[in-house]
Amino acid sequence: QIGQCVKRWQSSLVLVEHDSEKISTASLSAITAASKLGDVSCLILGDKCQEVANSVAKVNNVKNVYVTEHSALRGFLPEIMTPLIIACQSSFKFDVIIAAATGFGKNIIPRVAAKLDVSCCSDVIAIKQSDVFVRPLYAGNALATIKVLDAVKVMTVRPTTFPPAGMNSGNATVRQGPVLEAETAVSEFIGQELSRSERPQLTEAKVVVSGGRGMKSAENFKLLYDLADRLGAAVGASRAAVDAGYVHNDFQVGQTGKIVAPDLYIALGISGAIQHLAGIKDSRTIVAINTDADAPIFKVADYGLIADLFEAVPEMIAILDKS
Amino acid sequence: MQCKDNIGYKHLTVIVSCGNGRSKFVCPSFSVISVLMLQLIGRQVKHMSLRVLVSVKRVIDYAVKIRVKNDKSGVVTEGVKHSINPFDEIALEEAIRMKEQKHAAEVIAVSCGPPSSQDILRHALALGVDKAIHVEVDAKQYEHVEPLHVAKILQCIVKEEDVNLVMLGKQAIDDDCNQTGQMLSALLNWSQAIFASKVEINAPDYVTVTREIDGGLETVRCKLPSVITADLRLNTPRYATLPNIMKAKKKPLVKKNLAELGITIKPHKQIIEVSEPPPRKVGQLVGSVQELVDKLRSDGLIN
Repeated sequence: QIGQCVKRWQSSLVLVEHDSEKISTASLSAITAASKLGDVSCLILGDKCQEVANSVAKVNNVKNVYVTEHSALRGFLPEIMTPLIIACQSSFKFDVIIAAATGFGKNIIPRVAAKLDVSCCSDVIAIKQSDVFVRPLYAGNALATIKVLDAVKVMTVRPTTFPPAGMNSGNATVRQGPVLEAETAVSEFIGQELSRSERPQLTEAKVVVSGGRGMKSAENFKLLYDLADRLGAAVGASRAAVDAGYVHNDFQVGQTGKIVAPDLYIALGISGAIQHLAGIKDSRTIVAINTDADAPIFKVADYGLIADLFEAVPEMIAILDKS
Repeated sequence: MQCKDNIGYKHLTVIVSCGNGRSKFVCPSFSVISVLMLQLIGRQVKHMSLRVLVSVKRVIDYAVKIRVKNDKSGVVTEGVKHSINPFDEIALEEAIRMKEQKHAAEVIAVSCGPPSSQDILRHALALGVDKAIHVEVDAKQYEHVEPLHVAKILQCIVKEEDVNLVMLGKQAIDDDCNQTGQMLSALLNWSQAIFASKVEINAPDYVTVTREIDGGLETVRCKLPSVITADLRLNTPRYATLPNIMKAKKKPLVKKNLAELGITIKPHKQIIEVSEPPPRKVGQLVGSVQELVDKLRSDGLIN
């Protein structure tokens, strides 16, 4: 029914996140959101992104692809990308500028909004009309329906609430994007330290197994990895587990970590603080294994098991191995 | 005394031997060493020239289970425990450490909002901030204040106070926007480093920031002046001690209003309604691991 209320002559610009090889799944979700708001154009910036641009041209509903390659765009610094997005906006006057609410999108989109002197809607979870959006407040404990009064709508969208756009029926033309003019750089990208994993990505996995303080040590996470591998699951953690040093920060699920919405979320030794629940509440099925029958996680769990995870998880692995 | 400076005098060691309260320079030429000392002090002063502004917000305490108002106009705030936004507390701690490590000459805390915001400014003063600025916005008008407005207010304060580093929390836990720092940086045309988990002031004109990104960590070098937003892992904030709380009462808390700053709150958004999220259906407890696996299998969630 969205199509009926949205004015179709609108145009939207999606700022594409990529790793120089392929478009991120989150950006494909942003394209789905953008296509509900009008004709979609994509802007691809990077030090190497011609390949990405060619593949984005095949994404469903994408009408135009603009690409700017420049060595200065390595590291995707917001100070360097923003003028390019503003230049693109000045040329084509989009009604909507949109990106996925990932670390990449959150870094740059508010900067773009301020340059345009308009407000920004973060983490939009539903599009009601061309100017009416729904977004969560207070760690997802309230939902605000907001009418944006600015002529240009600038927003980030929560990838887990919009399905990724397909990549088969698009037929866009790839064009040269705005030219990067030489300017004094105010920041410099030094480098990255990415945690590599064979497991699926946390935000895209169908099954997520998470551990909390109840895991008791980093070594014990081995047990959780064993279970995750049998389920083809990604591994997550609560803030308590991250703060205790059991796993790296980018495993954190919650209000200030990653928002996940898998088909199955298994919480092991996680009490279920408000901030953690904010990151998992949209999961289809939530399973909790905890020794504390009063743990708040049981209030949101579809299936709860009051048990010691150090007994329950090996048992579960044994059952899964048997069949 | 050993002086190290990452820029000019990497391996310079100045020896000062002290005996009976009299200082004696162990050096062939007093004039040479005094020139070097002066140059070093000059650099030190340059380090000390950081003037840090920390933006703090008063929000409903993170542990409170919020309630949506019956008329769906917002959430209930009356009679609810409020505190400083947890991320702002981290930003504050980092700024205070910069002062303790002699990187910052002055740390100023600022908050926009109704008079109740002064609680958290007093708290900031008790933690070690030199001065607090309260930009008073009446409660009615405050409902329309958005990150862009706050960024414009902060822009004014930055100019007035000649600030060259602004620290903010990465997001406020009430509106969960995660915008103000980026917007302020845009308005000022400064460098930005958001989601900081490590901040190093290792040169007079630059700050090196490790940022938490989706797949791990990233390092950027920002030219000062700069805007940095704090992530959870940046530090562990200290507690205010009773003597410091008492001392804070004597520290300056300057009040300003929007008219003085020449700012009008033009609404960019209109809240149509605030509602509760749809409740999840009531779950069930299972008696054994076998039962759990059977349920998940019959739901088609696992093989």
